[in-house]
Order: sequence, then structure tokens, then C-alpha cells
Amino acid sequence: MSEEKKTNRRDFIFTASYALGAVGVGAVMWPLIDQMNPDASVKALASTEVDISNVEKGQSITVLWRGKPVFIRRRTSEEIAKAKNVKLEDLPHPETDEDRAKNPEWLVMLGVCTHLGCVPLGDKGEYGGWFCPCHGSHYDTSGRIRKGPAPTNMEVPKYEFVNSNTIKIG
Amino acid sequence: MSDHEYTPKSKLGKWFNDRLPLLTLSNHLQEYPTPKNLNYWWTFGGILTFCLITQIVTGLILAMHYVASADLAFGSVEHIMRDVNYGWLMRYVHANGASMFFLAVYIHIFRSLYYGSYKSPREVIWIIGMIIYFLMMATAFMGYVLPWGQMSFWGATVITNLFSAIPIVGESVTNWLWGGYAVDNPTLTRFYSLHYLFPFLIFGLVILHIWALHIPGNNNPIGIDIKKPSKDTVPFHPYIVIKDLFALLIFLIVFAFFVFYSPNILGHADNYIEANPLVTPSHIVPEWYLLPFYAILRSVPDKLFGVIAMFAAIFVLVILPWLDTSKVRSAVFRPLYKQFYWFLVADVLILGYVGAMPAEGLYLLVARIATAYYFIHFLVILPILGAKEKTLDIPMSLTEPVLGGSPKEAMVKKNKEI
Repeated sequence: MSEEKKTNRRDFIFTASYALGAVGVGAVMWPLIDQMNPDASVKALASTEVDISNVEKGQSITVLWRGKPVFIRRRTSEEIAKAKNVKLEDLPHPETDEDRAKNPEWLVMLGVCTHLGCVPLGDKGEYGGWFCPCHGSHYDTSGRIRKGPAPTNMEVPKYEFVNSNTIKIG
Repeated sequence: MSDHEYTPKSKLGKWFNDRLPLLTLSNHLQEYPTPKNLNYWWTFGGILTFCLITQIVTGLILAMHYVASADLAFGSVEHIMRDVNYGWLMRYVHANGASMFFLAVYIHIFRSLYYGSYKSPREVIWIIGMIIYFLMMATAFMGYVLPWGQMSFWGATVITNLFSAIPIVGESVTNWLWGGYAVDNPTLTRFYSLHYLFPFLIFGLVILHIWALHIPGNNNPIGIDIKKPSKDTVPFHPYIVIKDLFALLIFLIVFAFFVFYSPNILGHADNYIEANPLVTPSHIVPEWYLLPFYAILRSVPDKLFGVIAMFAAIFVLVILPWLDTSKVRSAVFRPLYKQFYWFLVADVLILGYVGAMPAEGLYLLVARIATAYYFIHFLVILPILGAKEKTLDIPMSLTEPVLGGSPKEAMVKKNKEI
């Protein structure tokens, strides 16, 4: 055998067989892995309609959407003003209040702390918004992270006003 | 000691042993030469085997009565507690057994740390042990989710959300783990399936752990290599078997105390409230045996780096045989390491304590210092000690420190005459 390694017919056959084998194993593995992803019945529950006619100013309701709590808060004018008066430079995750609440009176967001998924408590914390008891994240009246380990603001899901009394989430 | 080696006498025994030498394997276990100075810290290997078997047996029984469904799980656990014959006993033994398992494994690990059992040529035993430890934590975590109480649900939420810290694919990974958009029924059923599987993986790894141990043989409190078999060893049976059984008996007293007198003291009252995805308990804590890692997670203000620090805390243990560069195994002959060892023990206990406290004010400060010290111990102190420490003289044999002189019989006799 010479020192110099020449690619010959046999090397090609080996490489081609390994490659085909890898594709085959991958194709068999995928169903085994994908079966754990959200299934059709879970995905089918994609939207929820919520009646908000009974919510007074300064009140919040929590509804379940896709297994997660959604906060719907009818904010007072004070809270709205407080949320709007924050400078964007002061925010770890800069977002304007207008972007988060299409109708400033109604704040709709996932009630899930973006740190490790606990449900924050309302009317608590140093910024008058929400406070997560698990690891101490403080959110303001717009649900934006102000202090603590959470990396981002509480997520605003896709929603629309079906009419003045009903919100459709999802 | 071939004079009383067991060989199958019967025709059937010989026939079988020729085809599968199981009977001579038990021979190996009987005769296995063990250092004669092993102290009681060495009995926890046997105790841990007992714990694993206890968990498998009680778990098997609980699985006959438990229903893995978000709607029925909580009720079925109460059914086990109230209706099933001795169901309360099975569940309390299983739940407290997990704590006892971890108590024993921590003693076992810290024994290794003190006597340098992870050092060459025992690195592979150590690494297999660390994999077992990691699987134990995963198994215990998933088992804690099964009763579907408030702590189960929110513990599962917090721990699975750790994976959402992974950049870009984090969210897809967590949705994949959950089988949905939050912890729910699909999460519970898959945890049940894996909780059933993992103990058998651990069982397999325990066999490898013991196999790897039987290649170089046991380390010992003096930490020197010994000739086997020799004056420095005793056969495993009956000497070590009896010692292990006695230690197990004492251990069982502690075990029984928890099971019969304070079965819920290690648990959390919130787990007797059924899971509610709308309300997070005001103070979430994991089981006590995970607290030090939880403290490390919380002491880092950044989400991703907190998760990395937590996994790194386990990973430094895996690579420990290469971080501790000292050639001397036992802390008995390492005056400086001995002190740092106890600092580490205190540090881990402090981490455990602050892990149970709210992450604010002084607790957070202490957690941060203790986290920093944990990594400094492994990454800075150990490598420096390996190079700088002046170790004490190491005896030539196990007999020397007791009888003086060399291990040779003639010499020992001479010493006695003097």
C-alpha cells in the first residue's frame, strides 16, 4: 500500500452507503421525535373568545388560552398615564405602551413570567404592575419587565375585538 | 485464596456454569479482595443499591394504582393513600425513599471527594457515578410531577422553562418537551413514561459502575495502591457484607423514622393542592436535594447564564479527576485540601439553605458569594493545590500506620518483639 491515500471506487461506495444509512436512520428517527410535539387536538384549541362586559376599570380577569393564563386588564387612566410616561431608555426590553395595548384601556397579555414561566401577581411590585413571586421579576402597568431576572416583557398574544364586549384571543 | 473457591459440584451446576459462568461470578463477588481499613463511609455503595431496589419495587406497586392523566392523577394518589391496602406505606416509602436515596448519594459523593476516590485509575467509575447522579435528579424531578399537585405543576413549569433560555430554538424545544404550549396532560404522561424507564437505566449504569470498580478495586481511607490479595485485604464476604448490612440497619432506622413519624416533613404542603395553571404558589422551592443547584440558578441575574451556571455546577464535577492534579488521593495526607474540603461542604450547605429562601436581599448576596466560591474551589483552588501543596508522607501499606514498619510479616513480627 502506498502512503498516499487515493480515493478509489471502494471509498466512494463506503461513503455513499454511510450517507444513505444516515438519511435512513434520520427518516426513522423523525417520527419518534416529532410525536412529542404539540398534537392536532392541542393545536385545535388555538383561539378563545372572552366576554369582557363585566370587567370594571381597575379590574383584571384571567382566562386560560392554550393552557396558559391570559391577563385581561381594564386599566385606569392613571395606569395608562404611568405606562405612557416611561422613557424607552429605562426599559430593559424597549416597547412603547401604544404597541402593547391597541386600545389603551385594555391590556391583553400572557400572564406568564418570561423568566421561568410562573404566573405573576397583579397590583404588586415596585412599578405598580405585576410581580413574579418565583424569582422576583417586577413588571410595570404595561406588563413590561423593569427589574429582575426575566429577559423580556410579558408577551402580547394575537387578539382582536370581535365587538365592544368580546375579545378573541389567538 | 483458591483454597475455598466455589465450584459447582452437581452435574447440572457444572453443565450450566460451562455455558454461562454465573456461578463463578458469584465466586468473584465473594472473594473480591477489599482493603481491610474501609470505614463506615464506604458502606453507602451497598446502601444505595438497597435504595434503588426499594424505589423500583415500591414504584412498580404504585404504578399499579396510579393513573397518569391530568384529570385523574391527583385523585388517584389520594386513592392510593386512603383506599389501597398499605398504599400509604408504599407511597411514603417511595417519596421518602427518594430523599434517603439522595442523602446516601451525597454522603457517597462527599466520601469520594475526601478520599480522592475519583483519581486515576478510577476516573471512569466517577464519571459513570456522575451520570447516575444526573439521571437520579431527572428521575426524582419527573416523579415529583406525577401527583399533579401545585408544586408538581409549577416545579415542572420552572424546570422545563430552563430550556427556553436556549437561544433561537428555546421555544420550540420547550413546546416539544411539553407537547403543547404549557405544562399539561401530554407533559404528565411522558414524564410518567420516562420516570418508569430511568430507574432501569440507572440500574444498568450501576452494574457498569460496579464492574468498573472491580477492575482497580476499592480505594481506601489511606488512598494508596495496595497489592491484591495480600495482608492488606480481606475477602468481600463475609467481612464487608456484614459491615454493609450493619450500616444498612442503622440507615434503615433513619429511613423508618421519616416514613413512620414524619412522612411529610421533607415534602411541601402546597403539593396537597391540586395543580392549578392559573395560580402560582407564593414561594416555589424544589425538593431539598436540588436546592444547591437552584440557588446557583437564581444567583445569576441573567436567564441564559443562570441556566448555564447551574449545568456547569454539575459539569465541573464530571471533569473533577482532571481539575484535581494532586497525586495524593486521601485528604488525610493533604493538610490544605482537608481544610478546603470542609469549606466546600459548608459552601454547599449554605447554597442549599439560601436555595430554600426567597431570592432577595441578604440571601441573594450570600447565594452569589457561595456560587462564586463553589466554582473557585473546583476551577482555581484544586489546580493550585495540586501544584503547591506540601503533602504528608504516605505510608507504604495499610498495616504500616497501625503496626509501624513495613507490611512484610517478618518485619511486623520483629516490631512486636521490640
